[in-house]
Amino acid sequence: MPVKTVSHLKKGEKGIIKSFSDKVMSLKLLEMGCLPGCEVRLDAIAPFGDPICINVGGNYCLSLRLNEASAIVIE
Amino acid sequence: MKSENIKIALVGNPNAGKSTLFNALTGLRQKTGNFPGVTVEKKSGTYNLKGSGNQLIREVTLVDLPGTYSIYPKSKDETVVMDILANPKHPDFPSVIIVVADASNLQRNLLLFTEINDLGIPAVLALNMLDVASSMNLTVNAVQLAMQLKVPVVRINARTGEGIVNLNDAVSQVLDQKFKPALTYFYEPTENEGKLIEEVKSYYHLDNDYVALQYVCQHDNFSFLEQPARVKLDGLIEKYGFDENHFLATETIARYEKIKPIVSKAVKSEGGIEPPYWTRKLDAILLHPFWGYVTFIFVLLVIFQAIFAWASYPMDLIDAGTAATIEWVKGILPEGVLNDLITDGILAGIGGIIIFIPQIAILFGLVAILEESGYMARVMVIMDKLMRKFGLNGRSVVPLISGVACAVPAIMTTRSISSRYERLITILVTPLMSCSARLPIFAILIALVVPSTKVFGILNMQGLVLLGLYFLGLVGALLSAWLLSLFLKRTEPSYFMLEVPTYKLPRWGHVGFTMYESVKSFVFEAGKIIMAISIILWVLASYGPGDKMEAAAAQAQQQMAQKPQEQIDAAIASARLENSYAGSFGRFIEPAIRPLGYDWKIGIALLASFAAREVFVGTMATIYSISGDTEDVLTVKQRLIQEKNPETGGPMYTPAVCYSLLIFYVFAMMCMSTIAVVYRETHGWKWPMIQLAYLTVLAYVSAFAVYQLMS
Repeated sequence: MPVKTVSHLKKGEKGIIKSFSDKVMSLKLLEMGCLPGCEVRLDAIAPFGDPICINVGGNYCLSLRLNEASAIVIE
Repeated sequence: MKSENIKIALVGNPNAGKSTLFNALTGLRQKTGNFPGVTVEKKSGTYNLKGSGNQLIREVTLVDLPGTYSIYPKSKDETVVMDILANPKHPDFPSVIIVVADASNLQRNLLLFTEINDLGIPAVLALNMLDVASSMNLTVNAVQLAMQLKVPVVRINARTGEGIVNLNDAVSQVLDQKFKPALTYFYEPTENEGKLIEEVKSYYHLDNDYVALQYVCQHDNFSFLEQPARVKLDGLIEKYGFDENHFLATETIARYEKIKPIVSKAVKSEGGIEPPYWTRKLDAILLHPFWGYVTFIFVLLVIFQAIFAWASYPMDLIDAGTAATIEWVKGILPEGVLNDLITDGILAGIGGIIIFIPQIAILFGLVAILEESGYMARVMVIMDKLMRKFGLNGRSVVPLISGVACAVPAIMTTRSISSRYERLITILVTPLMSCSARLPIFAILIALVVPSTKVFGILNMQGLVLLGLYFLGLVGALLSAWLLSLFLKRTEPSYFMLEVPTYKLPRWGHVGFTMYESVKSFVFEAGKIIMAISIILWVLASYGPGDKMEAAAAQAQQQMAQKPQEQIDAAIASARLENSYAGSFGRFIEPAIRPLGYDWKIGIALLASFAAREVFVGTMATIYSISGDTEDVLTVKQRLIQEKNPETGGPMYTPAVCYSLLIFYVFAMMCMSTIAVVYRETHGWKWPMIQLAYLTVLAYVSAFAVYQLMS
C-alpha cells in the first residue's frame, strides 16, 4: 500500500503526522508547527481542489498546496 | 529623561499581533524608512518606557522587525532579522527583544522564542491573543511559563492595551539588569557541531554558540560580512562536513522536543478545540467553490466603484484647487521664465501627483481592511491554483489588485511573496494592470470615438469599452506571466503555505495608518520622479535649438496679425513648441511611430507621458494650443475632433488612431516611477530594462496591428 499523506485526506478526516518525505519542505512545515505526532484535520478544499486548508494540532488553520501536503506522511 | 539611544526590537510570528503591539507602544510617534543597506521597510518609533513602580520615564526606540516563523529566513524581508540580531555593531541592534507570541498557538510561537533566546540577547515574552486562546478553551499559566523559560513572561492584550504597563515594567527590569544571567541554550549542538562552533567563535571573536552557528548557516545573508569572511566559512563547512538541511531539520525537531513538555505544563486545555463559530460559518461561504468566487467578484466591484466613483469627488476638488493655485501664483509673480517654471513646471507637477491621492488612499484603505479582517488570506487560497497556472502565486493577488490604483505601491507589496521567481514575475506583469493614471487618457480617447449609446438599455457603450481596456490589461498581465514563466528558470521551489487567521474586526486606526503610509510613499517615492521629469519636460518644451523658436513665434505672429489676441497667443505657443527640443524630438521619432498612425505631435505627448501617463492630456492641450484651463477635457476633445490630417485632409483622430493609442497605453510601460521602483526592488537595472523592452514591444506591435487592421 502506498504511503498515506495529508493530500489523501477527505474533508473532515483526521490523521497523525508520521514523517516528511521532502527535506527542504520538512523544515518549513516544522516551523509552521507540523510536528511528527501532531494531529491534522482537513478543513477546507479550495475550488479546483487545490490548495487545501488543514487544522494543525487543533491550533490553527494552515493552507498549503497539494504537493506540499503530499510531503506530510500520516498514519 | 531623554533617549539614551536604547533600541528595543519587536519580534514575532506573522498574525501574532506584533504590529498591533507596536502601534500600542508607540502611538503615532512612528516612522517608516528602510533598514540601512537593504530595501526592507523598517518601522520604528519612540517608546515611552514607563513602568508602574518607578517615576522614571525613558524614551527608547522600538524597532519592528519583519514577522517570521523562525530566524531562518523564507523571504527577502525576513533576512533582515538575523542581519541585525547577529551583528552587535548594527545601528538597530537591540538591548532587549520583545517576543510577541500568540497564546492560542503557543507551541509553534515558542520555536521562534527559543531561537531568539539562544542568541543571547535579553528577551521578554509577551503573551498576546489570550482571549482567542480562552475561546478555544485554553488557559495559559504565565508564571509557570516564566519559570521554565527563565525569562519574564507578560500577559497582554495588544488590541485593548491591557498588560502594557506590566510589559513596560518587565522591559525596564531586564534593561537595568546589572548581571546577565547565565544563558541556557534550548538547542545543544552535537560533538561535531561543537568543534565547528569553537572554530567559528575563535576566528570571528564571538562569545555565543548559536550566533556562531548562524554564521555557518546564514553568512550569505549577512551584509556585515566581507567576501573573504564568507569564503572562510564555506571552507569550515567543508572541513566539518556540515549538512545545513539536515542540521536545520534536526535542530527544529530538537527544539520542539524541549518546547512540548513546557507547553503541556503551562497550557491547560479543556474539551475540544475548534476554530471560533464565525470563522467556521464564514469559511463555509468564502471558501466555497461557487459562492467564494461570487463574493470575491463582488468585493472587486466594490473596490472599483470606490476608486472610480467615490474618489472622483475629492479628485475634482484637488483639480480645481490646483488650477486656481496656478492661476493665482501666475497673477502675483512677475511675468517671466521663473513664473513659468514655478507654475507650468513645478506646480503643474505637484498637481499631477496629488490628484492621485484619493484613489491610492481609498484602494489601500480597502486592501488594509481586507487584510486586517483575514479575508485576504482566503482570497489567496481560492486564487492560488488559477494564479499558479500563469506562473504566479496566490499572494500575487494583492499586488495585481493594487496595481489598479498605482503600480508603485503595488510592486512594493510583492515582498511578501517568498519565492523569488514568482515575486519577479509578479513585479514584471503588475504594470499591465491599468492604473489610475491611464484613466484620463482612456477617458478622452474613448469620448472621441465611442458613441455614448446605451447597450441593452442600461449599459453605456463608453463604459463597456473602458471595462474592456481594463480586462485587456488583466489578460495581458496573465498571459505575459505565463510566457515569462516559460522563459525564466525556476531556481527554487515555489511555496504557498499560508497561515489562515481567524476573522477579526479591522482595527480602524491601523487601516488609517496604512492609508497614510501608502499615500506618503507614493508622494515621496513616485512624486520626486514625476516632479523632476515635469521640470525637465518644461525645459525641453520651453527651449529650442538656436533661435528657431523665436523665429517661428515671430512668423506665427505675423500670419495671425488680423486675428484676436487669444488666437495669436495660442498660435505662438504652438509654433514655439513645434520648434523646441521636445518638438524636435517628436519630429525625430515620427518615422518610428508613423506605422501606428501617430504624427510628431502625438510623439511629443508620448515622450512627455513617459514621465507619467497623466501628463498626456495636459501635453495634448499645450500642443494644440488650447488657451485657458488646460485640464478641461472637453476643450481638448473639441480641438482633437477638429484636427485635420495634413495628408488625407480628413480628421486626424480617426477611430484607427484612437484605438491604436488606447491599446498602446494599455500595454506600454510609460512610467518612470515604476521603472525606479522595479530598479529598487530587484537591485539592478537588468529587470527594469527587460520589463521596459518587453512592454514596449508588446505595446508597439499591438498598436501597429490595431491601426493597420482598422485603417
